[in-house]
Amino acid sequence: MNAEPRPEVRPPSAGAAARGLPVVSIRGVVNRFGAQVVHDGVDLDVYQGDVLGVVGGSGSGKSVLLRTMLGLHRPAEGRVYIEGKDVTHLSQMELSAVKRGYGVTFQHGALFSSLSVAQNIQMPLREYFPASAEALEALTELRLRMVGLPVEAGRKLPSQLSGGMIKRAALARALALDPSLLFLDEPTAGLDPISAASFDQLVAYLHGQLKLTIVMITHDLDTLLTVCNRVAVLVDRKIIVDTLAGIMNHTHPWIVQYFHGSRARVARDAVRGER
Amino acid sequence: MSSLTASASVLLDAISTAEGVTVQLHGEWRLENITAIETALRRVPTDAPRLRVGCAGIAAIDLSGAWLLRTRLAQARSAGAQVEFLDGPPEHFAFIQDMTAHPPAEPAPEEPPSLRSVMAWIGRASVSQALQQRAAIAFLGRVALTATRALRSVHRLRLPSITRHVYETGIQAIPIVSLIAFLISVIVAYLGAQQLRQFGAEIFTVDLVAIAVLREMGVLLTAIIVAGRSGSAFAAEIGVMRLNDEIDALRSMGVDAFEVLIAPRVIGLLIALPLLTIIADAMGLAGGALLSSWLLDISFAQFVTRAQDALAPTTFWAGLVKAPVFAVLIALVGAYRGMQVRDSSRELGRLTTVAVVQAIFLVIFADAIFAVAFVELDF
Repeated sequence: MNAEPRPEVRPPSAGAAARGLPVVSIRGVVNRFGAQVVHDGVDLDVYQGDVLGVVGGSGSGKSVLLRTMLGLHRPAEGRVYIEGKDVTHLSQMELSAVKRGYGVTFQHGALFSSLSVAQNIQMPLREYFPASAEALEALTELRLRMVGLPVEAGRKLPSQLSGGMIKRAALARALALDPSLLFLDEPTAGLDPISAASFDQLVAYLHGQLKLTIVMITHDLDTLLTVCNRVAVLVDRKIIVDTLAGIMNHTHPWIVQYFHGSRARVARDAVRGER
Repeated sequence: MSSLTASASVLLDAISTAEGVTVQLHGEWRLENITAIETALRRVPTDAPRLRVGCAGIAAIDLSGAWLLRTRLAQARSAGAQVEFLDGPPEHFAFIQDMTAHPPAEPAPEEPPSLRSVMAWIGRASVSQALQQRAAIAFLGRVALTATRALRSVHRLRLPSITRHVYETGIQAIPIVSLIAFLISVIVAYLGAQQLRQFGAEIFTVDLVAIAVLREMGVLLTAIIVAGRSGSAFAAEIGVMRLNDEIDALRSMGVDAFEVLIAPRVIGLLIALPLLTIIADAMGLAGGALLSSWLLDISFAQFVTRAQDALAPTTFWAGLVKAPVFAVLIALVGAYRGMQVRDSSRELGRLTTVAVVQAIFLVIFADAIFAVAFVELDF
C-alpha cells in the first residue's frame, strides 16, 4: 500500500507544453550498484507519438534505465511516471494495472520456450480477460498478421523460429493487449541487415497506423535514423535528449564519435541515398 | 485504477426490417469488454440478405474490437449478406484493410489424419526410439574413449575442474550425509534393540548396527543423497550449457566436451563418493554407539570390542567397493541426461528429473546385484 500522498508530476520542460502530458516521465533517477553510480539524476520525458531511441556505450545503464521505466527495478532515488502514475511507489495491484497498458519486447525475445507462439500471444489475454476460444484464436491471428507472420507460425515452438521470426513473435506478444506504449530492447540486435530493415519498417508502420508511443534501446544506427524521431543519449551518468537532428549536431565527444565515426558515416550516407 | 472487466453493457441493437437488418453499435468496443463484445457479435445475424451497420454511437474502439467485428462481418458476407456501413467504417478498419492487403504467404492446408499418417507417426516414433538407443551407446562409447585417452596421458585430466567437483559433490555434502547416516543408524539400533530385548539379546544390537551400516546403509544412503544432490546438478549444469550453445562453442574450438565436462565430473565423484561413504560409515557407527550406551547401557568400549568381534575383515570393504560403481552410474546418468537437453526450459526440468530418478533406480538395482553376487562369492 502507498501511505504517502502521491507527488504531482512536475511541469514538463518549456517548449513541450504544447505536446500535453508526457506518457513516460523520469525525474531525478539515481541508480547505483555498490559504489558504482550508473545514473546520477536522470530526467527524461516521452510524449504521445514519440519514437525515442535510447543509445549509450556498453555499461552506460541502458537496460537498467529500461527496467526502471518498466517498474521492474526500483531506483535508489527519483521517480518514474507512466501515464502520470509513479511506478516506483505503487502497490502491486496498481502496478499490474499500469503494466497492462504497455508492451515490452526483450533483447532475446524472451518467448516462453515451452509454449507455442500462439500460446505465447494468448498468455496475457488469458491472464486478464475471460475470452472464448474462438475470440482468442481470432485475436492471435490479428497479432500474427500485424507483425507479418504467417498464421501457421502460431503453432510452432520458439525454438523452431529464425531470429527474425522470434523478434516478430515477441512483438506480437507485446501487442497482445492493444498497448499504446511499447518498450523495445534492442529490437534489431542479431538480425541480418535485410531482416533488421524490414523489422524497422514494421515498427515504423505500426507506429504510424496505431499512433503508438515507442521507447527503444538500440545500437543500430539505421534504426535510429529511419524510425526514431527523438534520441536520448546516456553519457557521463546523465542523459541528453534531443531531436535526431539536434543530437547529431551535439558537441559531446562520445556523441560526435557515435554519429560521425566511420561506421556511422556509411549508415548515414546509405539512409540519405534512400531518401 | 480501472476495473478488470467493465460492466457487461449492451454494445449493439439489432432492428429487423423488410429489406434486412440494421445494427447500431455503441459503447466501448475495447479488449476490457471482450465478453460483452462476444455476446453482442453473436447477435449479428449471418443469414440476413442485407446488413446495415451504424457505427456513429461507438464511444471507443480498439484494434481487438475492430478485428472481432470485422471477422463477424466477414462471416456474414461469405454467407451471402450484403454488408454496408451507414456512416463509414469504424476506426482501425482502414489499418486492417491495409494490413491484410499484403497478406503473408498462406500455408498449404494440413492434410487430414489418415491411416498413412498414423503409420508415418509409428515409423517416426520407432526411428526416434532407435536413434535414442544409438545415442546412449554412442555416449558410453565416447566416455570409454575419453577415459582411455585420459589414462594414457594424465596431463589431459583437468585438475582444477576435478578439485571443484570433489569440493561441490563431496565436501559440501558432508553435513547432510553425516546427519542422515547418524539418524538412520539410530533408528535401526532403536528398532533392533526393542525386538532383541524380547530374547534378552540386546547385545546383538551392536552386530546389527555395525553390519547393516558398513555393508549396506552407509554406501546406499550416501549414493542416494548424492544422486539427488549432484546427479541433478550435473544434468542441470550441462543442460543449461546446451541451451546456451556453450557445448557447441567448445566443440567449435576443437575441445572435447566429454573431456572438459564429463570426465572431471566422473572422476570427481569417483573420489568423493567413497570418501563420503567412509564418513557415513563412521557417523552411522557413532549413532549406533550413542544409542546403545544411552538405551542399552553398553559402554563405548564394550561397543567397540563387540563390533570388532561381529565384523568380518571384509565387511567394511563389501560396502566400500560399491561406492565407485555407484559414483560412475550417478555421474554418467546425470551427464547423459544433461547432454540430451534441447530447445526448451521444460526439457531441462524433465531431463533433470529423469536423471535423478534413473540414477537412484540404477544405484538400488546395482546394489541388489552386488548383494546376490556377494552371497554367491561368500564375501
